[in-house]
Amino acid sequence: MAAIETHGLRKVYPAPPPPKKRGRAAGPPGMGGPPSAPGAFGAPRGEIVALQGLDLEVREGEFFGLLGPNGAGKTTTIGILTTRVKPTAGTARVGGADVTSEAVRVRQRIGVVPQRPNPDRALNALENLLFHAAYFGIPAAVAAPRAGQLLEQLGISDKAHAKVDEMSGGQQQRLMIARALIHEPQVIFLDEPTVGLDPQTRLSLWEILRVLHNEGRTIVMTTHYMDEADKLCDRIAIVDHGQLLELDTPASLKQRAPGGTLVEVTLAGDAAAIVDAVRGLDGVLRVEAKGPLLRVYSDRGGRVISPVIQIAEDNGAAVTNISLTEPSLETLFVSRTGRKLD
Amino acid sequence: MNATTADPHPVRASTVFFALLRRDVLVARKELAFFLVRTTMQPLLFLIVFGYLLPKMNFMAKGYQAALLPGILAVSLSLSAIQSVALPMVQDFGWTKEIEDRLLAPVSTQLIAAEKIVAGMLQGFISVAFVLPIARLLMGPISGLTLSHGGEVLLIVLLGSLAFSSLGMWLGTAIAPQQIGLMFSVIIAPMLFFGCAYYPWKGLDVVPVLKYVVLVNPMVYVAEGMRGALTPGVPHMPLSVVYVALVVIAGTFWTFGMRAFYKRAIG
Repeated sequence: MAAIETHGLRKVYPAPPPPKKRGRAAGPPGMGGPPSAPGAFGAPRGEIVALQGLDLEVREGEFFGLLGPNGAGKTTTIGILTTRVKPTAGTARVGGADVTSEAVRVRQRIGVVPQRPNPDRALNALENLLFHAAYFGIPAAVAAPRAGQLLEQLGISDKAHAKVDEMSGGQQQRLMIARALIHEPQVIFLDEPTVGLDPQTRLSLWEILRVLHNEGRTIVMTTHYMDEADKLCDRIAIVDHGQLLELDTPASLKQRAPGGTLVEVTLAGDAAAIVDAVRGLDGVLRVEAKGPLLRVYSDRGGRVISPVIQIAEDNGAAVTNISLTEPSLETLFVSRTGRKLD
Repeated sequence: MNATTADPHPVRASTVFFALLRRDVLVARKELAFFLVRTTMQPLLFLIVFGYLLPKMNFMAKGYQAALLPGILAVSLSLSAIQSVALPMVQDFGWTKEIEDRLLAPVSTQLIAAEKIVAGMLQGFISVAFVLPIARLLMGPISGLTLSHGGEVLLIVLLGSLAFSSLGMWLGTAIAPQQIGLMFSVIIAPMLFFGCAYYPWKGLDVVPVLKYVVLVNPMVYVAEGMRGALTPGVPHMPLSVVYVALVVIAGTFWTFGMRAFYKRAIG
C-alpha cells in the first residue's frame, strides 16, 4: 500500500479581493507568493489554479522529491497532504486516511517542516518540543528524553532553554525538524527545508534527512534545488503549473534529458530570426527561440557558441548574455517546462 | 498492516485541549504583568479620574461610584477577553504563522479555536479579579456595594467573557492585520463609550433613540448585569434579560468566530 496517494487533485483559489492592498487575504499557508499567474489555464478571471489534476503515489519508506519552480503548486500539494488546504476536487490519502474526511487521523501520522520556521515564540526551544508532543498526547516524561536526544542529534542542545528569537535561522530550522519528529510520525513533509540556509547548514540538514530516510520513514520534500533533489531523493516528481510532468528516479530522469549541452544565448533582438541558420550548424541537435532567448542543444559542448554569435551578428543582433548547462535534471526541466528553476 | 497504515495510538480530544490550554496558561503567566497593564490600564485610569479625583473635588456625586464600579469591571473584562484572543490571532495568522504547530495537532480545527476562546475567558476572569480590589481601595467604601450575589457575578463574568472572547476570535480572524488599529477606534472604543459602562442604561432615558440603539452592544448587558449583582441599588436591567441577551450574543459571536477561524486555518 502506498504511503501517499492522490487522484485528480485540483485546487483553485478564489479570486483575491480587489488589489487595493498588497499581500494575500487568506492564501495557502507558507506560500511565498501566489501559486501561479491569475487567470491561467482557462480559469475564470481572477481565480488561481494551483493544481490541475495531480496524480501521485509515494511508496512506503520512500524519499520523494517534488521539484518545480515557484508557483508550480508544490506548497499547495504539501498543504493538502498535511490537511491545511482543502482540495477543490480529487482525493488524497496519507497512510490510507483521507485528508478531508479523516483529517485528524492524517495529522496523527505526519510531521511537517514548514518553508519558513514558525516556532512558538512565546516558548523556549525545549518547550516548543514538549508542547508539540503534548498536542499529540505524549506525556512530558516520555517526550523529555526524546526531545533532549533530538536537540542533541540536530546539534542545538545548547539552545534547549534559549528563546527562539535568540536562535539563528538555521538553528530555528533544525528546531522545526526536531518538532516534526518529536511525535515520531510515519510520514515527514518538508517544504523547501534548505531555502535561506548557508551551505554548511544545508549539508548537515541533508545528513539528518538521510538518517531519517534510513530509519525507514517516508519523506516528502519540495525543493527547487536540482542538486538537492538529485542527491537525496529516491524518486522525483517534476511539477509545473499544477501538473505532473515527469516522475522517476533521478538517474532515469537524467537519461531522459535531451542530449547535449544546453547553450542559452540572449540577443538584443528577436531570436526567431536566426533559428534556421543556427539549426544548420554542425553539432546542433535542437534549437528553440523564445523572445530574445535562443536555446541551442549541442553535442559539441560550448564549441557552437562562436558560430552562433557570428550568425547573430551577421543578422545585426548583438549577444547580451550566454550560459551553458551540462545535460542534467536541469536541462530536462528546461526542455519540459520551457523555463529555468531559479 | 505496515508501518504507515497502522493507526497510531489515538489521542483523546480532551488531552489535546488541556495541552493547548496549558500552553496558553504558561504563556499568560510569563506575560502576566504586560497583560494586566495592557488590559486594565485604561479602566484603572478612568477609575482614578472619575471614581477618585472628581468625587474628591466634589465634581461628582458620591453615588456615581456605585454606578461606575460595575461598569469599570465590564470594561476590564471586555478589553482583556477581546484582546487576549484577537491579538494573538492577528499575529499568528498574519505574520508569524506560529499557530500552525497547533493546527497540526490531531484534533478538529474547531476545538483549537474553542480552546483559544476558553483561554481568553480565563484572562477576562483574571482582569476582573485584579481590578475589583484595586477599585475598592481607590474609591473607598462604596455605598450599596454587596458581594453577597457571588453566583450572579460569576455567571455574568462567565457569559460576558465568553461573548467578548468569541468576539475577539471573530475580529482577530476576520479583520485584515493591517486594519487592526481600526478595530480599536471603530469597534472597541464606541463599544466602551456606548456600553453603559460609565452610566446606567436607565440614564439614557434622556436620549430615547440612543437608549434602544445601544442594545446591540454586548457591553451594555455585562455592565448592567454587574450593577444588578454588585450594586443592586443603582437602576439596572433585570438580570434575566441580561442572561438571555448574553447567551444570544455569545452564541452569535461564537458561531461567527468559529467560522472565521476555520476559514483562516484551512485554505
